[in-house]
Amino acid sequence: MSKIHVSTTVNGDATEYLCEPTSSLLDVLRDTMGLTGSKEGCGSGDCGACTVVLDGEMVCSCLVLAAEAEGRTVATIEGVAEGSVLHPVQQKFLEHAALQCGFCTPGFIVAAKALLDRNPNPTETEVRYWLAGNLCRCTGYDKIVRAVLDAAAELRQERTPA
Amino acid sequence: MNAPETMKQFRPKGFRHVGTRPVRPDGVDKVTGKALYSPDFKAPGMLWGAILRSPHPHARIISIDTKKAEALVGVKAVATGRDLPTLESLVMHVGEGASDIVDVSHNCLALDKVLYEGHAVVAVAATSPEIAREALGLITVEYEELPFVLGVEEALAEGAPVLHDNVFTKGVEPKPEKPSNAAMRVEMGGGDVEGALASAAATVTERYTLEPVHQGYIEPHACVASWNGDGQAQIWTSSQGHFAVRSLTASVLAMPQSDIRVTPLEIGGGFGGKTTIYLEPVAMVLSRKSGRPVRLAMTREEVFRATGPAPGAVIDVRIGADAEGTLVAAEVEFLYHSGAYTANDAGAGVSSAIGHYRIANTRVVGTEVLCNRPAAKAYRAPGAPQVNFAVESAIDELAGKLGIDPLELRLKNAAAEGDPQTSGLPWGRIGWVECLEAARAHPHWSAPLGPNQGRGIAGGYWGNYGGPSTVNVSVAEDGTITVATGSPDIGGSRASMAIMAAEVLDVPYEQVRSVVADTASIGVSMVTGGSRTTFATGMATVQAAEDVKSILCQRAARMWGVSDDQVEWRSGAVVCLEGEKQGQSMTAAAIAGRSFHSGGPIAAVAALSAKGWLPGFGVHICDTEVDPETGHVKIVRYTAIQDVGTAIHPDYVEGQMQGGAAQGIGWALNEAYIYGKNGKLDNAGFLDYRMPVASDLPMIDTVMVEVPNPAHPYGVKGVGEVPIVPPLAAVANAIHGAIGQRLRDLPMVPDRVYAALHPEG
Repeated sequence: MSKIHVSTTVNGDATEYLCEPTSSLLDVLRDTMGLTGSKEGCGSGDCGACTVVLDGEMVCSCLVLAAEAEGRTVATIEGVAEGSVLHPVQQKFLEHAALQCGFCTPGFIVAAKALLDRNPNPTETEVRYWLAGNLCRCTGYDKIVRAVLDAAAELRQERTPA
Repeated sequence: MNAPETMKQFRPKGFRHVGTRPVRPDGVDKVTGKALYSPDFKAPGMLWGAILRSPHPHARIISIDTKKAEALVGVKAVATGRDLPTLESLVMHVGEGASDIVDVSHNCLALDKVLYEGHAVVAVAATSPEIAREALGLITVEYEELPFVLGVEEALAEGAPVLHDNVFTKGVEPKPEKPSNAAMRVEMGGGDVEGALASAAATVTERYTLEPVHQGYIEPHACVASWNGDGQAQIWTSSQGHFAVRSLTASVLAMPQSDIRVTPLEIGGGFGGKTTIYLEPVAMVLSRKSGRPVRLAMTREEVFRATGPAPGAVIDVRIGADAEGTLVAAEVEFLYHSGAYTANDAGAGVSSAIGHYRIANTRVVGTEVLCNRPAAKAYRAPGAPQVNFAVESAIDELAGKLGIDPLELRLKNAAAEGDPQTSGLPWGRIGWVECLEAARAHPHWSAPLGPNQGRGIAGGYWGNYGGPSTVNVSVAEDGTITVATGSPDIGGSRASMAIMAAEVLDVPYEQVRSVVADTASIGVSMVTGGSRTTFATGMATVQAAEDVKSILCQRAARMWGVSDDQVEWRSGAVVCLEGEKQGQSMTAAAIAGRSFHSGGPIAAVAALSAKGWLPGFGVHICDTEVDPETGHVKIVRYTAIQDVGTAIHPDYVEGQMQGGAAQGIGWALNEAYIYGKNGKLDNAGFLDYRMPVASDLPMIDTVMVEVPNPAHPYGVKGVGEVPIVPPLAAVANAIHGAIGQRLRDLPMVPDRVYAALHPEG
């Protein structure tokens, strides 16, 4: 079977690639484009380590065919910071020590940013249910939830006129 | 949120850096996706490997035909167990537990028999992952299926299929005449258990069971190997110990260790499960055959089917007390799943059973039982949570019979410094009593409960470890410091090493950078396991930093023309105490800037085997709410209290306590390997192997009790493993509190809880 040509936008950059019809978006991000920040923990959409945002919707990139990205926009962990300036979610993950091994962290940060983009003032329960698709085996989630709530507070302050 | 500000109460005492919470040096890489983990690594010209695994739980390999696979365009190498050298039996101690190198080899690629569904049989390397997977489908393996056995009692029964004809129960004298599935037996204790139980005012005699559970690290195993024709090789992989990867791989391949350079990649969780090897020798053989670097990586399904779970168990407890609540006797007999090979968890299970209580008459017997499951591997305090679940449940049952508060019963019998352990050796400076007292004083213990809620408490411990570590502390020309260790950073150890070196040298934390060096760049270091890294590698870091401080003082003295005893290190600089230069000071930058003309580069290596480690103790309080209509158990409040010695970086100590508690809650409520009648694993994925997610848990409050270890320069005790020990019984005791029924079989899934609530059916 011949490869499929795809034109898409990844982290704001127009991008083209050839992919197998069976390749997942995660495979292409990691193996073709070298964007290894999105991780494969399961390949079945159960762990959230590969979370990206596709046309504004949070998805597991292991469950999206690479060919489905044609004409769409993809946002990955590599695009969350603006240059060297960390997004508040990233900064709060560091300040709260919300990571131990760090393998699930990119997926959590992409998911948490997607939450705060649509709900700037989530409750603890809303944070926990929004992040329930992301597995972390190290932290027990305590410091992750605190980091997200703190990032939300910081983002809200930025929106308030001084 | 139930843990408001208590988490931040810890304050450092007399330290500048120890006890502070700076951002970890590897943090930015890990929040931006730049950090390179095992599956992220690629080498130029690399081939993609794949492994064909056994569909049978127990079978003899009659023949393997790989001709069609080898003929497929793009396939560059095929390997079977015949490609690994024949080895003499040798038990290697690389970390938590020990393994016979023959077993390690046969587990990497089966030789004559497959011992579990998922056992690796054939490996291929090809120019793409698709071709490698296609090639697996072209391989024909002829098996003679054998009877299999999954349960520990079944495996010991007369007539059970015996996995290995050369296993004669270790620890039994005289050596048994026939081989069996009883791999090893360990017994400890003393006194008159029967007599004391006969005269006890109250006794509990019960059986408790647990299923095997997986460590559940989110990063699947992966590696890249490149083995040249001249015999030299490189391996890039994540592990809990790249020196263990080197020694095990070299031993399996019968090659010199110095011919293998292992570069540690970032590790995505291990919890004991990455203290061994599965893929590396196979990738090496494929690389040697193809002349190219080869990548091997597991899928999640392969991780579940072929890597080591923690043993399941059947545990019988008999325990008795007098009317005042003094424990008079305890007997614990357990059978642990060992899986396909001897796992060596029984000894730790025996010493982790009842040593936390002063009991005059004890008998603890542990037996490891081989069965047709993946070989059990270390999982956070390996061997301790199972037996602790049984004992701490039984203690709760006994408290109920005696009408004594379960915390007070524990406190009344708690072992303290000088009391004998089960082995007879005295306890050192442990903090078990302090933890129980902290639990009693904690507001959680006396908070009111709501409807359908119950509260449970349990205590537990883990021995911890020290052992070999090498650290190189070097001073750059501008006076900044690099700490290179051989200990993989699995949860913030770069930060704790930098903190300790900065504390010794009294310089800013950011002036010290900490890296994990490869096997060719630093001396041997044992695995990051046994809760040993902050203790042992920390001890080496402190020693090397002290040596660097001495060198800096000597250099300054030489430049000032005074003797070494006329200078002193103060506030991050050398100060001249006497002579013309009295009162002058020289920083590391000033000294290092001139070091090429005053004695050469400044560096010190500490290579030591750390002694004086102390066990850690923890007490957990758990509140559950049980839905009477469904049997669903919700954890509504949780507090973990632990003696941590001294918390070097309290955030990461709390993180260990919270993470361990969460894993223990998963073990208690959800997690289990589920096998079909055909001997195949039915839940080899995260959807059906249900680990706790954020919405399953409340905040996990932590209380760090600090009873410093006198043998460590900063008082460190290992903290990583203890917190998975108490949760199993804490949850079970809380469910008993909520519904008045005792569940003695894990996991306490809704249908079991529902059945306990409705015994009439």
